[in-house]
Amino acid sequence: MTEMAAGTTTSSEPLPRAKTDLLPLLIVPALALLALPFVGSGSTWVTLTVAGLAMGMMIFLMASGLTLVFGLMDIINFGHGVFISLGAYATLIILGPLAGWAQADSVWLNLGLLALCILAAMGVTGIVGAVFERIIVRPVYGSHLKQILVTMGGLIVAEQAIHAIWGASPIPIPLPETLRGAFIIGDVIMERYRVVAVGIGLIVFIGMQLLLNRTRIGLLIRAGVENPEMVEALGYRIRRLFVSVFVAGSALAGLGGVMWAFYRQTLTAGMGMEVMVLVFIVIIIGGLGSVGGCFVGSILVALVANYVGFIEPKLALISNILVMALVLIWRPQGLFPVARR
Amino acid sequence: MSTSPTLPLAFDEARKSGGFLSSLLSSDFPRSRILTFILLTILVVLAATPFLFSGSQPLSTAAKICVFIVLVASYDLLLGYTGIVSFAHTMFFGIGGYGIAIALERLGATWSSVAIGLLAALCLSALLAVAIGLLSLRVRAIFFSMITLAVASAMAVLASQLSGITGGEDGLSFQLPFELRPAFKLFSEPVMGVAVNGRLIAYYLLFFVALIMFLLLLRIVNSPFGRVLQAIRENEFRAEALGYRVVAYRTMASVISALIATVAGALIALWLRYNGPDTTLSFSIMIDILLMVVIGGMGTMYGAVIGATLFVLAQSYLQVLMDAASKALAGVPLLPNLVHPDRWLLWLGALFIISVYAFPGGIVGRLRQARQ
Repeated sequence: MTEMAAGTTTSSEPLPRAKTDLLPLLIVPALALLALPFVGSGSTWVTLTVAGLAMGMMIFLMASGLTLVFGLMDIINFGHGVFISLGAYATLIILGPLAGWAQADSVWLNLGLLALCILAAMGVTGIVGAVFERIIVRPVYGSHLKQILVTMGGLIVAEQAIHAIWGASPIPIPLPETLRGAFIIGDVIMERYRVVAVGIGLIVFIGMQLLLNRTRIGLLIRAGVENPEMVEALGYRIRRLFVSVFVAGSALAGLGGVMWAFYRQTLTAGMGMEVMVLVFIVIIIGGLGSVGGCFVGSILVALVANYVGFIEPKLALISNILVMALVLIWRPQGLFPVARR
Repeated sequence: MSTSPTLPLAFDEARKSGGFLSSLLSSDFPRSRILTFILLTILVVLAATPFLFSGSQPLSTAAKICVFIVLVASYDLLLGYTGIVSFAHTMFFGIGGYGIAIALERLGATWSSVAIGLLAALCLSALLAVAIGLLSLRVRAIFFSMITLAVASAMAVLASQLSGITGGEDGLSFQLPFELRPAFKLFSEPVMGVAVNGRLIAYYLLFFVALIMFLLLLRIVNSPFGRVLQAIRENEFRAEALGYRVVAYRTMASVISALIATVAGALIALWLRYNGPDTTLSFSIMIDILLMVVIGGMGTMYGAVIGATLFVLAQSYLQVLMDAASKALAGVPLLPNLVHPDRWLLWLGALFIISVYAFPGGIVGRLRQARQ
C-alpha cells in the first residue's frame, strides 16, 4: 500500500491524455457518402443532407440538456418534454406584443425577434426548471424507478397546466417573414429556416464544448460526472452545481422548443412529448451523459431518417429504431460510453 | 432457523392456513379488513352487473374495468414486482386488439379466427418482448424505459400508417362469432328479468377470463419465480451474486407481462367489436395505466383492482363533478380553467406525484398499514 502510494508520487510523468475515440465520428460522413449513390442526384443529396443536419441540430438542442443532467446527476427526467412545450409556448409572450416585427421585411428585425423569443423561452423554462427540480426531482435522487414515475407525473400536471393557461386547441405561429422560403443555389434547395437552425445548433454545441472543456465550471461539471463525492470532498458545493446544470438543461430544452415550434409552425402541449421519443433514441445512441455523443447521435438519426425517407419512404417510420438497435448491438452502452456507472 | 426474523411473518402465516381459498389466492390474502371488503364488493358487483343495472352504459363500464384490471395487474408484475418501467405495455395491448380485429375481419366471424388471431398476437408479443428485453436489459434497466417508449411509439405510427392491414386511423370494425352477437339467445325466456343474449355471454367471457388471468398473475408473483423478481427489485447485485441471472429473469417477467397484456387487448377488441389506435395503442392509455398502478398500489396485485376500478369510475363520473365545480367558479380568473372537466388529469397527476412520495404502496399499502 505504501509502496504504491510512493510509486505514484515519485513518478513525474504527466498523466496520459484521454484517448479520443474517432470511430463513431467517422460514421456520419461515411453514412452520408454511402447514401450518395442510392439518392442518385448530387443536388438532391445536398438538399437532403442540409435538411437532415438542421433536423439533427434541433434534436440536439432538445436532447443536450437531458443528457447533461443525466451525466452529472444520474437523474433521468421523463418530464423533459414539457420544457420543450413550455419553451415553445413562451414565444407567445414575445409574439403577442411584437407581432409587427414578424411581418417586417428586415432580416435583422426578424432575427432579433427570434433571439427575443429564445431569451424569453430560456428564461421561463429556466425558472420552471428550478421549481421542477426543487419540488419534483429533489426528493427522489438516487432511485431511477421513482424518478421515472415522478417526472412522468410532473409531465402530466405541467401539460395540463399548459392546457389550462393557453387553452387546449393548437395555436398557429407564423415564421418571421424573411426566414420563410429557401435559398436556391443551382439545383440545391436549402430552406432558410433550416440554415438558421444549423447555425444556432452549431453555436450552442461549440459553446457547450468550450464551457465544458475550457472553463473552471466545465471542469467541475466534468469532475462531478466522474466522481461527485470527490468533488464535494474537495470543498465545492455540488448541490449548487446540480441545480444550475438542471436549470441550464431546462433552458436548453426551451431553446430547442422555440426552434422546433417555428419549424412545425403550430403549438400543442403534447409537442414536447412527441419529440421526446427521438430525444431518447438520440441520447441512447450517443451514450447516456455524453454531450458529444448526443451531437453525433442527433445528426446520425436525422440524416438516416432523411435518406431512408427519400429512398424507401415506408421504411422511414422505423429507421430510427433500426439505427438504435444496430448501434446498441455494436456498443451496448452507446457510441461514447460515460465512464462512471 | 424457525425463529429467523428475516422471513416476512405474513407469508409464513398464510402458508400454514392452507385450504381452498388459500390455494386459489396463492396464499396472498388482502391482509386488511377494509381491503377485503372493497375487493369482495368489486367482485360481486362486477359478477352481477348485468342483473343489477339496466342499460348498456353500466355493462360497458364494468367490461372496461375487467379488462383494465388484467392490463394493470400485468403491468404491476413489471413495475411493482420487477422494478422496471416499461412504456410499451399499450403496444402489447394493441397487438392483442389488432390480432383479433384483423383475424375476424379477414377470416370471417368464427371461433377459429379468434383462436388464430389470438395465437398470432401472442407469438408476436412474445417475440417483441424478448427482443426488447435482450437489447435493453443487458446494460442498464433505465435503457429499458427509453427503448420501450421508442419502440412503442414507432409501432403506433406503423399501425396508423399501414392502413391496408390495420385500417389506419379509422381502425377496424368487425363481426363477432354468432354466439357473442346480441341476436343470439341462449334461453328463450329471460332469467331474473334479463335476456341471456350474446352480449351477456360476451360479458361473462370477459369477466371469467379476467378473473383467471388475475389469479394466474397472483400465482406467478407468489411463486419462487416471483420471489426472485422481488429480490432483483430490492437488490440487483445481490440477486446476481446469489446466482440468479438477472437479465433472464427480467426478460421473462417482461414476456409474461406482455402476453397477458395481449390477452387483455384481445378481450377489449372482442367487447367493442372494434379496434383502433385510440382504443388500445395511444400513449394516453399508457399514462392511464401508470396512474392506476401507482394510485392503487405498486407491487400488491390487489392495487390493480382498486386502481383500475377507481380510475375507470373517475373517468366516467369525476368529470360530471368537475363540470359542476367549474360552473360554480365561473367569473374567478384561471380557477374555472383548472377545474374544467377536461382538466381532470391535472388532479389525478397531482395525486399520482403525491402517491409516489407519500405512500409508495398506494391505496392498498395504506390500508394494510392502517391494520397494523
